[in-house]
Amino acid sequence: MSAALSIAFHGVAYAMVLYLISVGLSVTMGLMGFVNLAHGVFAAAGGYVMTRLMNGHGVPFPLAVAAAFVVVGAASMVVERLLYRRLYGADELSQVLMSVGLIFMSVAGAKFLWGPLAQPMTPPDYLSGQIDLGFRAFPAYRSFLIVAGAVLVTLLWLGLERTRFGARIRAAVDNRRMAQSIGINTTLLFTWTFALGSGLAALGGALGAEILAIDPGYALEHLIYFLIVVAVGGLGSIRGPFFAALLVGVTDTGFKYLLPEFGAFFIYALTLGLLLWRPQGLFGRA
Amino acid sequence: MTSETAAPLAVEALVRGHRLRLVEIAPWLIGGLAYFLFPDYLALGAQILIGIIFSLSLDLILGYAGIVTLGQAAFFGAGAYTAGLLAAHGWGEPLSALVAAGAVAAILGLISGAIILRTRGLTLLMLTLMISFMLQEAANKAGSITGGADGLQGMAVWPVLGVFHFDLYGRTAYLYCLAVLFLAWLAARRIVHSPFGRSLTGIRENEARMHAIGSPVFGRRLVIYTIAAAFAGVAGALLAQTTQFVALEVLSFERSGAGLIMLIIGGVGRLYGPFIGVPLYMIAQDRFAQADPVYWDFWIGLLLILVVVFARGGVLGLADQLRRRLRRTR
Amino acid sequence: MSAALETTGLCKNFGALAVASAIDFRLERGARHALIGPNGAGKTTFINLVTGALRPSAGRILLDGGDVTALPQAQRVKRGLARTFQINTLFRGLSVLENVCMAISERLGVAGDIHRPAGSRREVIDQAYAALERLGIADDAPRLVRELPYGRQRLVELAVALGLEPKVLLLDEPAAGVPSTESGIIVEVIESLPQDIALLIIEHDMDLVFRLARRITVLVQGAILVEGTPQEIAADPRVREVYLGEHVSP
Ligand SMILES: Nc1ncnc2c1ncn2[C@@H]1O[C@H](COP(=O)(O)OP(=O)(O)OP(=O)(O)O)[C@@H](O)[C@H]1O
Ligand SMILES: [Mg+2]
Repeated sequence: MSAALSIAFHGVAYAMVLYLISVGLSVTMGLMGFVNLAHGVFAAAGGYVMTRLMNGHGVPFPLAVAAAFVVVGAASMVVERLLYRRLYGADELSQVLMSVGLIFMSVAGAKFLWGPLAQPMTPPDYLSGQIDLGFRAFPAYRSFLIVAGAVLVTLLWLGLERTRFGARIRAAVDNRRMAQSIGINTTLLFTWTFALGSGLAALGGALGAEILAIDPGYALEHLIYFLIVVAVGGLGSIRGPFFAALLVGVTDTGFKYLLPEFGAFFIYALTLGLLLWRPQGLFGRA
Repeated sequence: MTSETAAPLAVEALVRGHRLRLVEIAPWLIGGLAYFLFPDYLALGAQILIGIIFSLSLDLILGYAGIVTLGQAAFFGAGAYTAGLLAAHGWGEPLSALVAAGAVAAILGLISGAIILRTRGLTLLMLTLMISFMLQEAANKAGSITGGADGLQGMAVWPVLGVFHFDLYGRTAYLYCLAVLFLAWLAARRIVHSPFGRSLTGIRENEARMHAIGSPVFGRRLVIYTIAAAFAGVAGALLAQTTQFVALEVLSFERSGAGLIMLIIGGVGRLYGPFIGVPLYMIAQDRFAQADPVYWDFWIGLLLILVVVFARGGVLGLADQLRRRLRRTR
Repeated sequence: MSAALETTGLCKNFGALAVASAIDFRLERGARHALIGPNGAGKTTFINLVTGALRPSAGRILLDGGDVTALPQAQRVKRGLARTFQINTLFRGLSVLENVCMAISERLGVAGDIHRPAGSRREVIDQAYAALERLGIADDAPRLVRELPYGRQRLVELAVALGLEPKVLLLDEPAAGVPSTESGIIVEVIESLPQDIALLIIEHDMDLVFRLARRITVLVQGAILVEGTPQEIAADPRVREVYLGEHVSP
């Protein structure tokens, strides 16, 4: 019982991080049709911004997290305009290789600037230690992660439902040409969507720095998990990746806890089976 | 009357690729000369030749048939472990092991291809990744068989043809790889210029049209996927035999990715892309990467972006453009 | 005697949109049959269903009396079904000759060959030229398709289909985008097709329809509205209302 609870708890915390990072990727791949392997770069960048600000300049945690969102979101707009934009509608191979190039550069850049080691992440005092819920004590930071993740997810979903920007994104995902023909400026929309997705990834990277350590290899190391979440969730879907992240987070935590001798084998096998059963993912349109 | 002049012209264009041109001897001249000119670099030379075979396998599926894969290392690794395990368990005869490795990889390609090649786009990409990750994870955890993260040791490879011992200078290794590459090249050349090869190009150019003219698209893709897997398996076996060691890395995403990068630098969808891209990349890597791997990664990343954005045809594409421009100014 | 092509209860839905609803259709041997209907009626979708490019949601497709509903596209082509596309669908980076050769190699069953180099089979080349000459584009044989003007490419599209020597030929707006100087040759070629070929032609140009077709089916919102001889169709008030009213009178 306590093992199951523990797996669920840590799995959900992990899932929140996975979702925050991957939702932007789902939209880039679904809306812009871009096979973007470099999405993890933005998550790593968020982690670096936060840890550098906290460790190097004593900036308080909430401020550092907010800065990660803003800085990375803004920087990603530049990258989108300079690079990604050129390859919308290009073949997959070009997109794959371009984003691999981006990963290489960022990995090297991070190593050069901040060294090969992981950036230490120390949660603020009020989020350290354990929270006792009577029947059981939970690590405070991970509990916070689950709550913060849930709040952000709710905000994101509400925002996409209730705002004009959200309506436009949904319209464009549904039918790009239709959206253009009713006068939505998709060029601008893409840039803002890309920035939002990257900003969210930065949030995920920053908040999740305690689970996925911020080091130069981050973007490559965890890429496969981001991709799994998106592919299983369904391209272009906003909610799909959330359930996929829960599935991946909890099963992966479970398998690693219960059957460590098999490593990540099961999660790969599961993904393989799932994609053969539903090539469009769980929530993708056939 | 005009069609009489147009006819030979168009037919000529069709068969031209197949006729052997003088420049096509160049790789073999260079490969042969290098043996005498750079006796100290034969180990690197063998690695390059192996890399070319691997890249050639990618070129066949990706450049010609348009199947984007990120998991080609699965077949490379399958071949490497086949040859490695045979040699570690008492069968060190290299040629038969090479054939066995190619066969194992081909079977793996056939089975996995039959399962995944019905999908397209990101799904296919993910499936190729999943298969190679699963294999790597399996090889990692099956340490009692594969040696796991420590690598497979204790290989004893017998002399090639019972005569040529693998020596410390890598002479035998180099010539052995050169000979196998030559055979691979003959096969690949034949494939790409055959009607079958042209139909692969057709699938890449316009799949809907291929279906509409009654082409069994799935079958054709499966055949080339299997052939390419065999190529990759042979390359992996060569690596195992010439280094007498198999590391987990043979199955890694990094290997699949590096093969892609070298291919695009040389020129994807061209028979000679691997012959240009692989030596360029690996020689540069040998020169610069040891000195400073951080800079190396950075510049390779930048180069990759530049190639994709500005020179999609790679070095050979640039050469073509140059030639065309020269002809126009003349 | 069985029809060259027959569909019964053919349905296709895209999500909530019914693009084909219970289409019962017969194409007789040697037919000269036109399928007309307003934009978005589902004409192209119907062709895609018949050729197997799309899977029907329900219904059956019979080719020469045999059920082909479950067969892949290639098998249907082997049974004599060929189509052209509304929007050119060609190998743009290959020569005109090779575009046609590709189809002929498939028909002759030599396209999977790796033993002989491409272009070394006399019969493939000869037949390809014959198809090109029929359309008056033999001179363009060595040129890349993408270098040709769109109207010319349209002729290549037709040459590829003819290269398959079909028994049932489906033409999706063959003259769309073709300048009038070249549309004449398309009409001539269609008129000179062997009489035993069953022809289904989708066309918006009513002059062309009335010139070529001996039977007309009108499709509206995925369902057959009416079928009959050109005279009957021209006189039908419902057709005038939904279709001719829109397109013929300026
Ligand atoms: N793959 C698809 N997914 C969703 N809707 C589709 C798809 N293909 C076609 N449609 C819709 O089905 C309807 C019928 O399309 P279709 O192309 O068959 O019409 P058509 O009669 O050929 O029209 P036109 O005369 O313009 O060529 C249209 O509303 C179209 O938007
Ligand atoms: Mg249409």
